[in-house]
Amino acid sequence: MTIEIHPGLYNYAIVVMLMMAGLYIVITRGNLVKKIVGLNVFQASVFVLYITMGKIVGGTAPILEAGIEVYSNPLPHVLILTAIVVGVATTALGLALVVRIREAYGTIEEDEIQRQDEAL
Amino acid sequence: MVLRVLGKMMIPFIMLFALYVQFHGDYGPGGGFQAGVIFAAAIILYGLIFGIHNAMRVVPPDVVRVLIAAGVLLYASTGVAGLILGANFLDYDVLAKDPIEGQHIGILLIEFGVGTTVAAVMITIYFAFAGRQR
Amino acid sequence: MAVTVLAIIRLHNLVAVVMLSGFYSLLAATLFVVLDAVDVAFTEAAVGAGISTILMLGTLALTTQHEKVRALPRFPLILVALTGVALIYGTADMPDFGDPESPIHEHVAPRYIERSAEEIGLPNIVTSVLASYRGYDTLGEVTVIFTAGIGILTLLGVRRWRSRKPGPDTATGDEDRNAAGGDRA
Repeated sequence: MTIEIHPGLYNYAIVVMLMMAGLYIVITRGNLVKKIVGLNVFQASVFVLYITMGKIVGGTAPILEAGIEVYSNPLPHVLILTAIVVGVATTALGLALVVRIREAYGTIEEDEIQRQDEAL
Repeated sequence: MVLRVLGKMMIPFIMLFALYVQFHGDYGPGGGFQAGVIFAAAIILYGLIFGIHNAMRVVPPDVVRVLIAAGVLLYASTGVAGLILGANFLDYDVLAKDPIEGQHIGILLIEFGVGTTVAAVMITIYFAFAGRQR
Repeated sequence: MAVTVLAIIRLHNLVAVVMLSGFYSLLAATLFVVLDAVDVAFTEAAVGAGISTILMLGTLALTTQHEKVRALPRFPLILVALTGVALIYGTADMPDFGDPESPIHEHVAPRYIERSAEEIGLPNIVTSVLASYRGYDTLGEVTVIFTAGIGILTLLGVRRWRSRKPGPDTATGDEDRNAAGGDRA
């Protein structure tokens, strides 16, 4: 079995890098706002993954017009379109939680919150 | 000062653009999701420039809260309307004599529902965050 | 985009981080235009670069602007690198970028592209798939947004302005519950 990573797959490599950067932020950072930014980076990389899969070389945007034969795949566009708006709604929910945590604990650093919990 | 005058000039156009995106979404890029966000952005811009107090007077939070539910309700009732007229849930063919016509009406209605909910939720979120004091 | 992400990782000033994440979204939107996804680009530019940046700044105003600087452990970096390598290994079997013969283009999408003109009669295929073929999905998505909106109302509540409306609610703590209860009514 030989592993062959050829140049046509560069888009996946880029997506994986962005994705891992997001994951790294989520794992290492204790600040809750920064964690949410990391999740957003991760999310955007998934969007890019879907959209690159839908692209066809030589295709155009999926809006019907006379004389155009090749369209990009509209299905990923639909999925991601809704996912973006849902994503911002859930991000806002997360931020609302952060605001409440700050009001309850007086900090948004993860380790300080844990220390306060243990002290109870 | 410059900000206020420019903002006053921009906001009507942003709203008009939102409506264009809402109802032209069938032909060009656009649709309920984008239109809702753009419309909410216009209101948020107003809130940022003139203060959230004034924004709440223009768009009362209670009305916005009703609109959140109204959008989903409009969407679902469009589906139920198809059900009553003898087709499947969210099947728009029967909404008019001609199936294509019916599809147009159905899509317009549900896009409007989506736009209403998205705009109302975004405005509510903004009010919730900005209206809170530290 | 990669540079922006690196800067987001390095910086400790949260305002700068939020600004950069808005910039990241804008770059993603530009990328979507290049990849023919105009509808998606539109949404990403309005949502990612606009609304979510404002929301994050609102959160920062309510919380704090500086991240606590702490020593970074080495282990997560290794873990993340390993995961990345595994994922890249996994993409070896994926179809090439822009290949018209990849499986994603052979099954459902051609049906939409070929038939939507006669069945729906709208030029924008994304709209017809979104609203008609996959209307049920979209209903679900709208419900998710609706639920998120209610959740935020429950958590934060919209502060009423006393000067305008000397309402019945007095204590700040009860207000949240009032807002949530008002929604269900």
